[in-house]
Amino acid sequence: MTAPLLDLRGLSVLYPGEHGATLAVDNVSFTLRREKLGIVGESGSGKSTLGRALLRLLPQARITAERMTFDGMDLLSLPERAMRHLRGRRMSMILQDPKFSLNPIRRVGDQVAEACRIHLRCSRAEARERSLAMLEAVQIADPRRVYHLYPHEVSGGMGQRIMIAMMLLPEPDLVIADEPTSALDVTVRLQVLRILDRLVTERGIGLLMISHDLNLVRNFCDRVLIMYAGRVVESLPAADLERARHPYTQALLAAQPRIGGDRSPLKVPERRADWKEPIGPQP
Amino acid sequence: MTAQDAPETASDISANPTGHRQRRLRLRPGRILGQVISIAVTLFGLLLLTFVIGRMMPVDPVRAIVGEDASPDTYMQVYRQLGLDRPLWEQFLIYVGDVLRGDFGTSIRTGRPVIEDILAVMPATIELATFAILIGAGLGITLGVVAAANKDRWPDHLIRIVSLLGHSMPIFWTGMIGLILFYAVLGWVGGSGRVSDFYLGLVEGPTGLLLIDSLLAGEMEVFRSALRHLVLPASILGYASAAYITRMTRSFMLDQLNQEYITTARVKGLSRSRTIWGHAFVNIRVQLVTIVALTYGGLLEGAVLIETVFAWPGFGQYLTNNLMIGDMSAVMTCVLLVGVIFITLNLLSDVLYRVFDPRTR
Amino acid sequence: MTALPRSTGLPLLRPLGNILRALLRNPPSAFGLTIIGLLLLIALFAPLLATHDPHAVDLDNTLRPPGGGHLFGTDELGRDIYSRLVFGTRITLRIIALVTVIVGPIGLIIGTASGYVGGLFDRIMMRITDIFLSFPALILSLAFVAALGPSLNNAIIAIALTSWPPIARLARAETLTFRATDYVAAARLQGASTLRIIVRSIMPMCLPSVVIRLTLNMATVILTAAGLGFLGLGAQPPLPEWGAMIATGRRYMIDSWWLVTFPGLAILLVSLAFNLVGDGLRDALDPRQMTGRAMP
Repeated sequence: MTAPLLDLRGLSVLYPGEHGATLAVDNVSFTLRREKLGIVGESGSGKSTLGRALLRLLPQARITAERMTFDGMDLLSLPERAMRHLRGRRMSMILQDPKFSLNPIRRVGDQVAEACRIHLRCSRAEARERSLAMLEAVQIADPRRVYHLYPHEVSGGMGQRIMIAMMLLPEPDLVIADEPTSALDVTVRLQVLRILDRLVTERGIGLLMISHDLNLVRNFCDRVLIMYAGRVVESLPAADLERARHPYTQALLAAQPRIGGDRSPLKVPERRADWKEPIGPQP
Repeated sequence: MTAQDAPETASDISANPTGHRQRRLRLRPGRILGQVISIAVTLFGLLLLTFVIGRMMPVDPVRAIVGEDASPDTYMQVYRQLGLDRPLWEQFLIYVGDVLRGDFGTSIRTGRPVIEDILAVMPATIELATFAILIGAGLGITLGVVAAANKDRWPDHLIRIVSLLGHSMPIFWTGMIGLILFYAVLGWVGGSGRVSDFYLGLVEGPTGLLLIDSLLAGEMEVFRSALRHLVLPASILGYASAAYITRMTRSFMLDQLNQEYITTARVKGLSRSRTIWGHAFVNIRVQLVTIVALTYGGLLEGAVLIETVFAWPGFGQYLTNNLMIGDMSAVMTCVLLVGVIFITLNLLSDVLYRVFDPRTR
Repeated sequence: MTALPRSTGLPLLRPLGNILRALLRNPPSAFGLTIIGLLLLIALFAPLLATHDPHAVDLDNTLRPPGGGHLFGTDELGRDIYSRLVFGTRITLRIIALVTVIVGPIGLIIGTASGYVGGLFDRIMMRITDIFLSFPALILSLAFVAALGPSLNNAIIAIALTSWPPIARLARAETLTFRATDYVAAARLQGASTLRIIVRSIMPMCLPSVVIRLTLNMATVILTAAGLGFLGLGAQPPLPEWGAMIATGRRYMIDSWWLVTFPGLAILLVSLAFNLVGDGLRDALDPRQMTGRAMP
């Protein structure tokens, strides 16, 4: 078996504050190969913080870990300059809402081409060609026209496809997708997910999918981590989700709507302190 | 929105800094008509204000013309000529009519139409103010961006102190200290006036801007002398105006640096400077146009004082000189002109806003 | 904001007290407050602090450099510059106090009335503020002083006439938010007259922000007053007004630098103090700046 792409052991993220520090991520360990790993949890469970901590995007947070390596490199001690060569080139992230994550007054094509210009040192014309090809790869019908549009002129679904094109263009090894479809209309969610799935699989990219949507992660990922209050409480293959043993996971499952299920109000998971204790095989 | 009512924070200007689709101003005929009416009303108010101030003046306008020794007959004749025997509202209508016809009265001192005198001194002030705004905007925008990028760290604190100092200086005093230090002691710059007396009147027209005229005429000596005279007053004016530009730039930049697209830029692996200048800064350019335009109008205020200190033969000196001798029509025309310049700059920044922001096209 | 403001003292004092505490925690604005406090003390104890009579002419001791019995030297008439500066604080305070006393009520009355009454009255009043606002403060003050005649009191009136519009704008905006509140509706239902509602219910609520805005303007007021004094349109000699002192010192500035340097430093210090406090106020009141995320 090859060495894991991402190897985390005992990762904690602490936000210092005036009224005492907040522990957003608490002693999290997992490994990621070239596979699709889902992280599920409710808002505030620390899953987004975890994704951003991996890219060292949290200047105010204190990140500690026994081990935090990407392809053998220690992410904690890497100088900022080296980190910049990793970001975008080898690890990138798809953000939630294209309405906010695209620069409003730069043409979308130029934004896609920018990473190419920086990391691959291509010429202006070459960057443009590759961006157009990438826009086509995310199934944008008329890339030449779209290239010159501003973010406010494209729909949410198209904006997110542009985001995917932008982040996958330099052919990274790992992509973190932070709620990539939750800002989109239900009708285009599936389309965007299929595009992401195809590109990730074709190119053998490791994917860390962060979501609050258990059904989405179950259908899309190979493995699922369940996060609760900053901790990973359970880790299991997506196919075995029905056999989850942790009470929080079971509560989440019970809260999912189901076609053909009974029509009584869905259960709202109650919270218990002892849920913070992990269960099942730990990586 | 003007100097006094200028926005104090970024939120005053862009009520929704993240707004993408909300702000779509289109050039609708109704909007333009509304703006025209609003400007017309403001201009009318300006005229009323200058008229009222003019009538309040303690100087007897007739005495100022006929002199102390004139006979009562001459006095009454001029009194009637000036229309002072008619009711106030009629005098006001006559005043408005005159202004509309481009007649702003005759200068007591020179005997020429006031408007000609003012147009003759305007280039000197424009040259000074333009040079000053280039310095002020360059300094203010750079400092503002650096302060925002280093929020709450020492560069931010240092910049805050530097820009507040510029904002707190009595500008006429700074001018004198500058003259003592850089002219009298160090001899780095020229003294009073636009150019050394030696070159006075050597270059005339066509623009009235001495730097440009001397270049056109190929008089490099004059150009150098003019530049040496311009540098100090323009730098002081520029430094004083940089404070406001710095504060607004910092505030706008902090807004942008909190946006999600900055995270995107960093995820892409862009360098710090590329993120700041290439992504955040491009988003505040439009807002900065408004701020710089407003500041340019505000420079007229500083020009009045700095021109007095540096004996700069411009608009400000013309205004204060005529204040002293009580030349009513000259003073009122100056005040009116400043109001018109302010309204024009406001309008201009509004138009530029719409031209530069892709979201409003 | 729905509670009935029974005691009008509370809604004014509590936020101002909180703000004062925030200002004292921030070193630059605490420094500013200290300078303003010192200014008050110096003005109060001016006769004790001054070493000479500020008006005493001594033609044997003209243009003496600093030192030797004259801390900041003497001017062209042999008057002690230090003592004149000390007494000048009283003039500065008089300007600040009078402008506040004139501008605050005018702005408050016009703003609350036009915000509460609305309609045509509101439109006319706001148009008038627009017109006033389309001038730089100094230029309009110049015109007013020219009309009224140069003197310290006229300069103060002129400054006040030019600085009420932003206050009125602010009070109007505040009034519009308070007008919709339940306690104003309650007062109206009880049959309170418009005048009574404005004076008893709305004005006290607008007062804190008006006071803050006045403080923010104070540096501008001081500089405008000094500018008018310098142009000979404000305080007249022999009053020890700092701007006017600079104007007379200008003739001797190349050889006797102290004549202009010290009064200028005094103006700079006081206006800097108000700007520092203003800056601290702006930060304390702008919540967005507190949560700002710094770059790595």
